[in-house]
Amino acid sequence: MKPTQKAAGAAANYVDERTGAAKWLKKNLTKVFPDHWSFMLGEIALYSFIILLLTGTFLTFWFDPSQREVIYNGSYLPLNGLHMSAAYDSTLRLSFDVRGGLLMRQIHHWSALIFMSAIVAHLFRVFFTGAFRKPREFNWLIGVGLLTFGIVEGFLGYSLPDDLLSGTGIRIAEAILQAIPVVGSYLSFFAFGGAFPGTAFIPRIFIVHVLLLPGLFLALITIHLMLVWYQKHTQYPGPGRTEKNVVGYPLMPVYMAKAGGFFFVVFGVTAFLGAVASINPIWLVGPYTPGQISAGSQPDWYMGWLDGLVRAAPPLETHAFGHTISWNILIPGLILPGILFTGMALYPFIESWFTGDKREHHLLDRPRNAPNRTALGVTSIVFILITIVNGGNDIIATHFHLTINGIMWFTRVGLFVIPPIAFVVTKRVCLSLQRSDRDLVLHGRETGRLVMMPNGEMLEVHEPLSDAKKWTLTQHQRPEALAAPLPASATVGLKGKLRARMNRAHATQIPAPTLTDLKELGEGHH
Amino acid sequence: MSNQIERFEDPGLPAHVHRNADSDPLAAKRAERQVAILFMLSALGTVLTIAAYIYVKSDKYVYLPIMGSTNLQQILLGLGLTASTLFIGLGAIQWAKKLMPDQEEIAERHEFRSKEVDRDELVAAFKERGGSAGLGRRSLIKRSLGLSLGLVGLSPLVLLRDTGPLPKKFFTTTDWTAGTRLLLDPAGTPIKASDLEVGAVAQVLPELPAGTERTLENTGKDAVLLIRLRPEDFNLDPQKLSWTYQGIIAFSKICTHMGCAVALYEQQTHHLLCPCHQSTFDVTRGAKVIFGPAARPLPQLAITVDADGYLVAVQPFTVPIGPSFWERNSSNG
Amino acid sequence: MKRISSFRRTRIAGPILVVAALFTIGTAFGVASALPGAQTPMTTGTSTLVSQGKAIFLRGCSSCHGLHAEGGSIAPSLIGVGSAAVDFQVGTGRMPMADMSQQAMQKKPLYNPQETAALAAYVASLAPGPSSVTNESLAYERDGNSALGGQLFRTNCAMCHNFAGQGGALTNGKYAPSLMGVTPKIIYEAMITGPQSMPKFTDATITPQQKLSIIKWLQAANHEQNQGGASLGRVGPVTEGLLGWVLGLGLLIGAAVWLAMKAK
Repeated sequence: MKPTQKAAGAAANYVDERTGAAKWLKKNLTKVFPDHWSFMLGEIALYSFIILLLTGTFLTFWFDPSQREVIYNGSYLPLNGLHMSAAYDSTLRLSFDVRGGLLMRQIHHWSALIFMSAIVAHLFRVFFTGAFRKPREFNWLIGVGLLTFGIVEGFLGYSLPDDLLSGTGIRIAEAILQAIPVVGSYLSFFAFGGAFPGTAFIPRIFIVHVLLLPGLFLALITIHLMLVWYQKHTQYPGPGRTEKNVVGYPLMPVYMAKAGGFFFVVFGVTAFLGAVASINPIWLVGPYTPGQISAGSQPDWYMGWLDGLVRAAPPLETHAFGHTISWNILIPGLILPGILFTGMALYPFIESWFTGDKREHHLLDRPRNAPNRTALGVTSIVFILITIVNGGNDIIATHFHLTINGIMWFTRVGLFVIPPIAFVVTKRVCLSLQRSDRDLVLHGRETGRLVMMPNGEMLEVHEPLSDAKKWTLTQHQRPEALAAPLPASATVGLKGKLRARMNRAHATQIPAPTLTDLKELGEGHH
Repeated sequence: MSNQIERFEDPGLPAHVHRNADSDPLAAKRAERQVAILFMLSALGTVLTIAAYIYVKSDKYVYLPIMGSTNLQQILLGLGLTASTLFIGLGAIQWAKKLMPDQEEIAERHEFRSKEVDRDELVAAFKERGGSAGLGRRSLIKRSLGLSLGLVGLSPLVLLRDTGPLPKKFFTTTDWTAGTRLLLDPAGTPIKASDLEVGAVAQVLPELPAGTERTLENTGKDAVLLIRLRPEDFNLDPQKLSWTYQGIIAFSKICTHMGCAVALYEQQTHHLLCPCHQSTFDVTRGAKVIFGPAARPLPQLAITVDADGYLVAVQPFTVPIGPSFWERNSSNG
Repeated sequence: MKRISSFRRTRIAGPILVVAALFTIGTAFGVASALPGAQTPMTTGTSTLVSQGKAIFLRGCSSCHGLHAEGGSIAPSLIGVGSAAVDFQVGTGRMPMADMSQQAMQKKPLYNPQETAALAAYVASLAPGPSSVTNESLAYERDGNSALGGQLFRTNCAMCHNFAGQGGALTNGKYAPSLMGVTPKIIYEAMITGPQSMPKFTDATITPQQKLSIIKWLQAANHEQNQGGASLGRVGPVTEGLLGWVLGLGLLIGAAVWLAMKAK
């Protein structure tokens, strides 16, 4: 035995005698993970979080979370001699007077953007493939929580440097607090330790940004991953893949190398962005003061939809009995996002309520095979995309020679008109794709080769699909694949009728071809 | 059999397709070299990072296509870090793909639901143990516990009370009073009517009592925009018109929607635009909202001149400035 | 109210007419040189220049601005706008307008500097107004303070022109143009004349020296080197978000596809 092997054996023995970990490790080293690119989206988010922790810790070594007023005399000359908060001053210093400081700041910010987009892309994957179904509802809820806290965490980070842009963002957040009925002005004063902007807010959000929320993330991510581990990963349908098994590569060594390597890839790509593309150049934006503003003041993209909704809101306020309620803030800023996120969190339970489906699902749906769900997802994405466009309407207007008023009206009307159209179109596209799958199974693949029959007729040669492919395209055909017929007792009353209606809508699909169909077709031909 | 629908069968896991490196030792050697080269590139990246850190001055710039003139230290540090991390990752993945076993394995799943007997035993144990604690019988304990648990959350809430003072009159007052001079922001000098031509604007703040330092909290409430129009351009009620001086009109710069500084004045259309949410106000009609989400006009400050000819406020704002809040009494505008 | 204002107008109009009649080109030159660093191009043959300018005006401008520059239904009066306005509008090609769109766009000037100077001299001869300046006369490097200029810019200009002078959207398709690459004299003339949507910034509200500070800061912003890589247009989070999705997540998804692909 080589000395290294001997040492490793001794170490393993030492640990196992104290923890009994050998059994667990033996089992889990061979744990199988299915391989698909879309399963890496969540990993991108996870690794971005680690990058955020590393770079964020670096930044705290120099960042001074204080709104104490100082006079800048650092190496960025165009700001020399100006009054500013210590937070802004220290951000300038760590950008210009610390080697690699600006790089770390940029990696941190890019990583935050990628973190959020990876979470959203991961959410799309989970939604469109039906991976949220039993038994994975808890993980869906945790995911929605992570998305929500991610938005808050990102916004706080964007606010910390106390530049003109972030101050404007805080001003708007303050206005939302202030608009809450009955307690709004009190909440604002408590949050800011008095009048806006005050000197308390940045120290407070700093500790929330670097301790409270990251701690919460760690806890939630841990549970999220433990559940993935324990419940085993879902897999896409295909030959040999069933509800009862999981097919893939073992943790040791393949997945360790792939997932471990992928962490470095995520770090590398984020570092590349941090190296070549400037993000949030706060030294150009200037220090915050409430009397100044820049054209094109926007939040980061994950808040852009919220800003777009607020922009599109109608000018509604209620003035009665000496009180004011700002619907123009409450509806787009709190009520609508609240409904959207609650609806998103509850969706697995809603779907299982109207489908009556209480079975476990480990095989993923191909999105086309659940047309109703896919259409709903696309509808939501289209809705959010319209609001994001409106959130950047000033930049879009100047770069594409449009008018902000035009984009705003497009949004106001489009938010009601386009999502329903998207729903109908998506559902039809899904059904068409199902039909084309059916044709493919029954008639084979078009080869593009033409042959002339003895009677002079020209025919294109169709090549039958492989058995594996046929199985992949038809495996979802089980009698109650999408929605179980509801018992008559469950469809009475308004709620029952709604349930029955949604059940029918969800059950819409093209019958997948069977071997019998294929045989009958064959007999017809001969 | 004739009525039975036959479905396609699961053909099972397809046979393993061997890679070149599995059978060809040369290909395996090649793959090994590729992985090694990738790891070496990472090492080079680390060397580059360290060299850039030590030897490149932070005030050196280099012209790069697309990016323009760019800080050399930043880009070298960044690309070095990129290489040192990215290539470790690419190497490890390439290793896994080319050389590690790529035979798919099958693991069985197990139902999560516990066995019926375990579930029954749990319920029984729960009932018995709960019963022994008197959970079902002792309703006094149950209710008082419910009360105390319901209230316990209140103490941290109460403790948060001192995070800030009460707003009192903060939201309804500003530093503008009768006779307050208008000072230019940021110069801090008073301003005369003749200083503004038709079509001119000025950003102003109130003169604070001697010895008072101007804070951002003041500015957040007090910022005012002065605009001079031709007097005949106004379309105001007599009172609001009397609040102007020789065509000069003063509005709070704090948006009535969400408090951003509204200062995009278009001198031909007399529109004021807020860049945050694009509320548009018509200056000639007393900053009436003509587009966007704001629900109320910008409050107008009554101005005149004092004995020395400097512009001053006639009175405080008659309505609270800035975004709405619950206690705002909007009966007078 | 109407009567008062019209009375005032006549009271102001009287002296203006007198001044317009009395002011020779020489006195216009005097007013111009009294302004900081201002120079007029009229060094020789000023009256010839004015008549040249008038000829150009009648040919190219009078159809909209009226035969005596008194303005019309579609174009404002040019009496009292001064040579600075002409130098700005004609010198940047904004005037004559190509079409009656929302906003006169910058384009290749129709008139050469000589003709522009003649037009400016003619308009300046109608009534006193802000005089044009030259790049050389603006000693912003010597007299300006870029930190103060940045502060002034953010208070008075950034709301329309963006924090880095990249321009921004106004209502109904109008826009504040980018200030990148704009010469100091054009910026100076824009501030004193308030072209189109832009308000005027009089010398009393922003002193000539403060204007030079703004110009100094803008020139620095013009030549601002990229501290952290490609600038992405310096328009804030919109382009950053787009790049984060397209390049950031795009590259990573590409890597994930490669990772999950079976090797040959």
